[in-house]
Amino acid sequence: MEPTFINELKNIVGEQYTLTDRESLAVYGYDSTPEIESRPGAVLLPGRADEVVRIMRLCHGAGVTVTPRGSGTNLSGGSLSAGGVVVQTSRLNRIIEVDEENLTATVEPGVITSALHREVESRGLFYPPDPGSMNISTMGGNVAENSGGLRGLKYGVTADYVMGLETVLADGDLLRTGGKVVKDVAGYSLNPLLVSSEGTLGFFTGITVKLIPKPQAKITMLAHFPALQDAALAVSAIIAAKVIPATLEFLDKVTIKCVEDYAHVGLPLDVDAVLLIEVDGHPAVVAEEAAAVAEICKKYRSSFFQTAQTADEALKLATARRTALSALARLKPTTILEDATVPRSCIAAMLKVIQDAARKYSVTIGTFGHAGDGNLHPTCLTDERDQDEIKRAHAAFEEIFDAAIAMGGTITGEHGVGLAKKKYLPRLVGESGIKVMRGIKQAFDPKGILNPGKVF
Amino acid sequence: MDYVKLINCMRCGMCLPACPTYKETFLETASPRGRVALVRKLQEGELDQSERMLEYLSLCLDCQACASACPCGVNAGELVAEFTCERKAESGLGYMEELILRKLVPHPDRLESSMVPMRMYQKSGLQKLVRKLGILKMFPKPLERMEGLLPDLPDRPLRQEIQEVTPAIGQERGTVGFFLGCVMSLVFSEASRATIQLLSSLGYRVITPRNQVCCGAPNMLGGDLAGLKEAAHTNIDIFAGYDLDFIVTDCGGCGAELKKYDHHLEGYEPAEKFSSKVRDISQVLALHADELRAKLKPLAMKASYHDPCHIAHCQGIRREPRDLLKLVPGLEYRELNEADACCGSAGTYNIARPEMSNRILRRKLDNIAASGAEVLVTGNPGCLLQLKKGLADHLPGVRIMHLTEVLAQSMASWHGCNNL
Repeated sequence: MEPTFINELKNIVGEQYTLTDRESLAVYGYDSTPEIESRPGAVLLPGRADEVVRIMRLCHGAGVTVTPRGSGTNLSGGSLSAGGVVVQTSRLNRIIEVDEENLTATVEPGVITSALHREVESRGLFYPPDPGSMNISTMGGNVAENSGGLRGLKYGVTADYVMGLETVLADGDLLRTGGKVVKDVAGYSLNPLLVSSEGTLGFFTGITVKLIPKPQAKITMLAHFPALQDAALAVSAIIAAKVIPATLEFLDKVTIKCVEDYAHVGLPLDVDAVLLIEVDGHPAVVAEEAAAVAEICKKYRSSFFQTAQTADEALKLATARRTALSALARLKPTTILEDATVPRSCIAAMLKVIQDAARKYSVTIGTFGHAGDGNLHPTCLTDERDQDEIKRAHAAFEEIFDAAIAMGGTITGEHGVGLAKKKYLPRLVGESGIKVMRGIKQAFDPKGILNPGKVF
Repeated sequence: MDYVKLINCMRCGMCLPACPTYKETFLETASPRGRVALVRKLQEGELDQSERMLEYLSLCLDCQACASACPCGVNAGELVAEFTCERKAESGLGYMEELILRKLVPHPDRLESSMVPMRMYQKSGLQKLVRKLGILKMFPKPLERMEGLLPDLPDRPLRQEIQEVTPAIGQERGTVGFFLGCVMSLVFSEASRATIQLLSSLGYRVITPRNQVCCGAPNMLGGDLAGLKEAAHTNIDIFAGYDLDFIVTDCGGCGAELKKYDHHLEGYEPAEKFSSKVRDISQVLALHADELRAKLKPLAMKASYHDPCHIAHCQGIRREPRDLLKLVPGLEYRELNEADACCGSAGTYNIARPEMSNRILRRKLDNIAASGAEVLVTGNPGCLLQLKKGLADHLPGVRIMHLTEVLAQSMASWHGCNNL
């Protein structure tokens, strides 16, 4: 990067917030995606939205690429840049407003997801999306990736809550879309297009999300199933009984064994599946729903069923699910966490595909995840130094993705395409899908300077 | 360094919200996963030991909050410390380090004598005069900061005063060895006196071997692994001379180090035996909560607990101190926001990196102010020093006490906490 160009960047954000030393560029060369690294040319931490506008104008003029980055917990390589400018949003972290009359919150992109949770919950309100990284993930990143979380089944994902966006376009112009109105049919709906655009269409500087009243009560339950098929049937039966749990999480046999070895929470090693179920809402409804869930689990031969009586007990029941990733990740140095997603009626079939693929390529895959919404996390435990095993792991995942597509599912439920899944996207959306996406990219960013090389 | 420990980091970022320096700077280089990556890239040869690299790594407090947060058991703080040790092993200790770590710290007599001029300086009124005239401004900055941190010293270090054997009060239930931390003995001797008192009133015979030496944590901090091992051997031999149920300490830093002797001297059986007996005082007291409750008298205060890193993150002890405080009748317990975040003391960090230390301290003080507590309770002398000064400067209405002082004060038999 030219020294004069770097000086211009420093003039915008200040010397302290312009990083170009080798050490910094090396550690901004990764995010949470395994196996992928690159080196940016500079990293900037703007403190105000108008600095973002000036950065975009400068880079647009100079033909330098810009990659937005929050806390760098992306799982598809989406926040990496090769030679361009990385703009980290962390200092743009003000919660601008919580509007209790319109039930909205407006935030800057660097606000941490759980900080927004705390703020709105202190006012009896609720922002449901809760990605696994919510204690550090940023709202900007959540919107750009359309993050999901444990509560997706009942409450939906980030896209379901985004009402308004302020976006800096590639040439530095500002685009305002949506706002605080529930109904708005003026022109094309651009919000859904910008949500999950993975930083390729614009840089968010303001985000307005919908809030809902906080559920008054919650009941947590845990069920063990000796047979995998029964657990899958129970999931379907719960939904068919018109109970939509806030959380309906699943652990498979490999994960159960790892959790028990690591956390000793008293899981039996002879069961095939464990379900963690939480229902929330009005106390009377919650009690009814919990009773229905208990009955269904019993009907489908759960060998153990427990309802938490206190908050402490609820926490204990949730331990197995909360420690699933830790328990798996400790086994081997490299952890490849995927998010293939299928219609929930196909969960049992998908689990079989995963098990078969693991056996065929002799790799260890533990699966846990959001059984209620079909979003599973097959997690391959491997070692990056064993290139042969890594190859086999990718071959196994290729089969898993192809099967997900064949079942009417998707290659990624919540992590995004980024660099990691580019190869699979055409298989899912076809030539016409890629053509339309390219056209949209062209309309927003004709010079191709925003997060290039991602998605397709 | 074991390469596997470095590649175990999957860069998930769970450590970022736990790391005090990341929270202040938002810089990847100031984050645990960033530090692991830097050390890894050093080993892989992509980066070298530049001044800047060492500057980045030395910003780590080694508070190990990242280790508590890490899903895969990576301990970035420890990895950075290990790296520092390896570097020191290659380059050798500097003259001052050699003097302090080898000639002073391992010898309690010398360490205590070194404090005599300081005590005289305080008692003679010279300190008041010096502070008034601003004479310290003429000395190097670190000296001025050190002088400012030091509270009034007790007349004599506890090690010189305490009997080697304190008998149990009432029926004897067992014998414990008391590990006397250097700073506790030299500066917070009243708190350690309270610790011994509590143990003896619960029926423990307390043995405080006079020849015990520093736990070795300063050596580890200075990158002197050999010095640490020497200290470990000395202490293990001394305590092996008694038949003990536990080895108790009221210093979080010592406790964390003593519990790691078995790790430092891997395969050495006496070290395993020693480490397995080490307990923080709160762990032992919590065993006898009901008995303790019966002995406590009302103490009206709003109190909050600050988790020392060496107790919460290094030893995993969080519940016991809180449960013990809640035993005190009349004590209104207020939970502190970010209670287990470092206070910025971190060994000598507050002297070496005052700017970052102060930012971290201010965040802690803001949380203390928000809690509405009148008394801040904690269990580690480093935190006591740092927070005592911070509170005096910015929140004069809040007092700081060691956990054992609160409990002992609540017991009718004990009077005064004149040191704090």
